[in-house]
Amino acid sequence: MIEIDSINKWYGDFQVLKNCSLRVEKGEVVVVCGPSGSGKSTLIKCVNGLEPVDSGRITVNGMVVTDPSTRLPKVRAQIGMVFQHFELFPHKTALENLMLTQIKVLRRSRHEAERKAHQLLERVGLADQADKYPNALSGGQQQRVAIARALAMDPVAMLFDEPTSALDPEMISEVLDVMVELAREGMTMIVVTHEMGFARKVAQRVVFMDGGMIQEIAPTPVFFESPSSERAKLFLSKILSH
Amino acid sequence: MRFDYQVIIDALPFLLDGLLLSFYLTAIAMVGGLALGTLLALMRTSGKLPLVWFAKLYVNFFRSLPLILVIFWFYFLVPLAIGRPVGSLYSALIAFTLFEAAYYSEIMRAGLNSVSRGQINAGLALGLTWRQNMQYVALPQAIRAMLPVLVTQAIILFQDTSLVYVVALRDFMTASSIVAVREGRLIELYLFAAVVYFIICFAGSMFVRSLQRRMVR
Repeated sequence: MIEIDSINKWYGDFQVLKNCSLRVEKGEVVVVCGPSGSGKSTLIKCVNGLEPVDSGRITVNGMVVTDPSTRLPKVRAQIGMVFQHFELFPHKTALENLMLTQIKVLRRSRHEAERKAHQLLERVGLADQADKYPNALSGGQQQRVAIARALAMDPVAMLFDEPTSALDPEMISEVLDVMVELAREGMTMIVVTHEMGFARKVAQRVVFMDGGMIQEIAPTPVFFESPSSERAKLFLSKILSH
Repeated sequence: MRFDYQVIIDALPFLLDGLLLSFYLTAIAMVGGLALGTLLALMRTSGKLPLVWFAKLYVNFFRSLPLILVIFWFYFLVPLAIGRPVGSLYSALIAFTLFEAAYYSEIMRAGLNSVSRGQINAGLALGLTWRQNMQYVALPQAIRAMLPVLVTQAIILFQDTSLVYVVALRDFMTASSIVAVREGRLIELYLFAAVVYFIICFAGSMFVRSLQRRMVR
């Protein structure tokens, strides 16, 4: 489904991604973790071409993202993305947030888009908030609307960029619950997160990154029981110890 | 010397014509200038070098010239360019629109810059093209953020319309001046003009303040 093949990326002289490769199968959930500044976010932003790569190749569902002749909007419309800071459109209600790109990108009718939007808001438990503007919603609610907005495009895969990092602790679980359900329904997901409980619950594999390199890719139980790299051990001991 | 109200009352129709011309110039230059200015701001933020350079050159060019010179200039230049006279009204409209576009473009550019990278990414990630992303995500937010400044600029523009006297157009200020001199009633007319300008511009400022208050919420 998603193939990342030896990509490299520089910001000026600084290399943020060093020869990263990762294959994600259809229906698989992969958690990417690692210390901040390790390149995790940059890596998943490369998957839908929000960040261009300097070398290497990425394909999603047969489309070559890194090929300059690929029409990126077309690719992106099929890959859902959820951001750390939600990024709902502040000038539109929750419902309109879900409708805009269904209408403008997928050319669905207003009626159809609205029906789908209501369906998805219901699914994330926010049916009664449809007409509210984002600033009237809590962080957890905003993030659930953002997930629903991505799902409204019927994506073949979902990317999550630290979806719970900006949330107050009491709101994290409501967002994770939606994500767990999505994973159980067979959505292909790459999730950058520090939520190790989530990783244990639904991820088939865990990717550990540090210094712009993928240090380790391991099946979830193996990663938590006996990570092979020293850095992963150190990282785990730091975030699991309390 | 007595304050003569009658001279103002007698001149009202004439003054009103002047005021309407001022409003007309302001409205056209604002709409046209905002449209062209937005286009320039989009060019400037597009990252495409020829467009960026064109927009930069345009803005710096018009901002380096006094408006009165631009008005004068278009009065002579436009007929030369199109081969027939266009009259002072149209040349003034063109001059104002092009001149205001430079200022509106800077306002819109600041507005676009205030839209976060995250918002832009969110639009792109959902499959919007660059143009759609600007149209549906960035510009509505930019205009909202800049609304008070845009109205303030319109107030300045309204005051600047008095400069059209150089091409023999009669805006409100010029009309007042004409009556003042003709009737020898400078104090009455210039006081009246001041009051009218003050009321209109003050109302505009109040509107800006109420906009700002509403946006803080």
